[in-house]
Amino acid sequence: MIWTDLRRIIKAGITNFWRTGTVSLSSVFIFTVTLYFLGSLIFLQAVLDYTLTQIKDRVDVNTYFTIATDESKILSIKKKLEALPEVASVNYTSRDEALAQFKKRHENDYLTLQALDELGDNPLGASLNIKAKDPSQYESVVRFLQSDSLGAQSGGLIDKINYNQNKSVIERLSGIINGSKKIGFGVAFALAILSILITFNTIRLVIYVAREEIGIMQLVGANDSYVRGPFIVGGIMYGIFSAIFALILFVPTTIWFGETTTSFFGGINIFDYYMSNFLEIAFILLLSGVLLGAISSVLAVRKYLK
Amino acid sequence: MIYFDKVSKIYKDQSVALEDVTITISPGEFVSIVGHSGAGKTTLLKMLMVEEKPTAGKVFFESIDVQTLRGKEIPTYRRRIGVVFQDFKLLPNKTAYENIAFAMEAAGRSDEEIASDVPHALELVDLGLKRWNFPHQLSGGERQRVAIARSIINQPDVLIADEPTGNLDPINTQEIIQILKKINDLGTTVILTTHNKGVIDSLGKRVVTMENGRISRDDEKGRYVM
Repeated sequence: MIWTDLRRIIKAGITNFWRTGTVSLSSVFIFTVTLYFLGSLIFLQAVLDYTLTQIKDRVDVNTYFTIATDESKILSIKKKLEALPEVASVNYTSRDEALAQFKKRHENDYLTLQALDELGDNPLGASLNIKAKDPSQYESVVRFLQSDSLGAQSGGLIDKINYNQNKSVIERLSGIINGSKKIGFGVAFALAILSILITFNTIRLVIYVAREEIGIMQLVGANDSYVRGPFIVGGIMYGIFSAIFALILFVPTTIWFGETTTSFFGGINIFDYYMSNFLEIAFILLLSGVLLGAISSVLAVRKYLK
Repeated sequence: MIYFDKVSKIYKDQSVALEDVTITISPGEFVSIVGHSGAGKTTLLKMLMVEEKPTAGKVFFESIDVQTLRGKEIPTYRRRIGVVFQDFKLLPNKTAYENIAFAMEAAGRSDEEIASDVPHALELVDLGLKRWNFPHQLSGGERQRVAIARSIINQPDVLIADEPTGNLDPINTQEIIQILKKINDLGTTVILTTHNKGVIDSLGKRVVTMENGRISRDDEKGRYVM
């Protein structure tokens, strides 16, 4: 009995979808715009996330050791640093490596290289490059380095930590990153609500047009769920079709924007991102479409079910 | 047996639609209710359909006190009453066949029953050849015949016809009345409201006359007297 009813409701919903062609087409159009919009938010989020990660990745702190410091001591400090929960990675650059890097950086600058040669000895100390998991955590990492427990500062091992010069930049970046996250979320949330309201209104209009049919069905003796069912199926169909259309539309859009985003946002090509996350995005859009269609149908029909 | 017991209906704006109406309709009867527009005919029928509730008095269908029906019981109750309206009230996106089948589906009948009963009903109203036409592809008379076929498909105890010929020409009117008589002959109670004097006079059945929300006459084998 339930299965027969369900089969009949689904069949009626699908038949109605095709028979009310113009209404269905315009609803699918509006749904497509909404889903396209929601999809764009996913891309925006991805680009923003990627850019923020890139920026965060460029923030680091270098600790330069005095020339006399033993490599073994530096490596033991490195181990202790790696054990800290805030630290993402620690890179050791030995004195020789530092010299090689310096020479490479100045390979066209003969004057500097000549001066280096005249010194005879390697004037550069070894260093540790520290990356924290979050820019706001550098402060505590630096405090750890300066603490007496490590004995590095008081033992005269550390020449300098470039945190203090970078401090204001790091703090501002942390602020910008946190701020843009909050703004991004706020804007996305407001836009999502707006588009949901538009789709809901569309469905309400569709069902308003069919309000007389609802009355007729009830007079003929159909119970509420039997009246409501086909409208929900119709709403779900709008969702499915518009999700498919939106997914198709994103192919030319992401190709178009792919190169721009690559050069502007530092490396992410949204077409590649779309292709590698296609299943996930398709699932999100389908689910949003289906839920939007079904829920707004339920709410809109309720008004006419006396 | 249908029994209206001292039924009154007064709307919020104090306009009186029905006043102290008492009437009994026996099973298998053919009753015509006549009266000017606004006399209360449709309000009376709406109470039987539980579309309106009386301000005072009670409406009984057999032993059921109609007012006490709860939301979920109403659809089941309504399947015992077939209704035909002046404006047909067909589902515009369904064919003649589907409109009739819908009433059976709503009543939870099986696919086999639907496949065997709907063609019969269509034959009864002489629309066998137009079963796949949509309402907008049918004439007024044809639409009303589809509506009648739909109203009797679940073998209701009562058929309510609320001005079924109001939008039809004389030939179609006679055809519809003949179909209603045939349905009554098969044992269904028929309640007809109409303005059509010719129809009432040719029927020679019970006529209830309403004026200003009250019953002014109730004649066995009556005529249209206004």
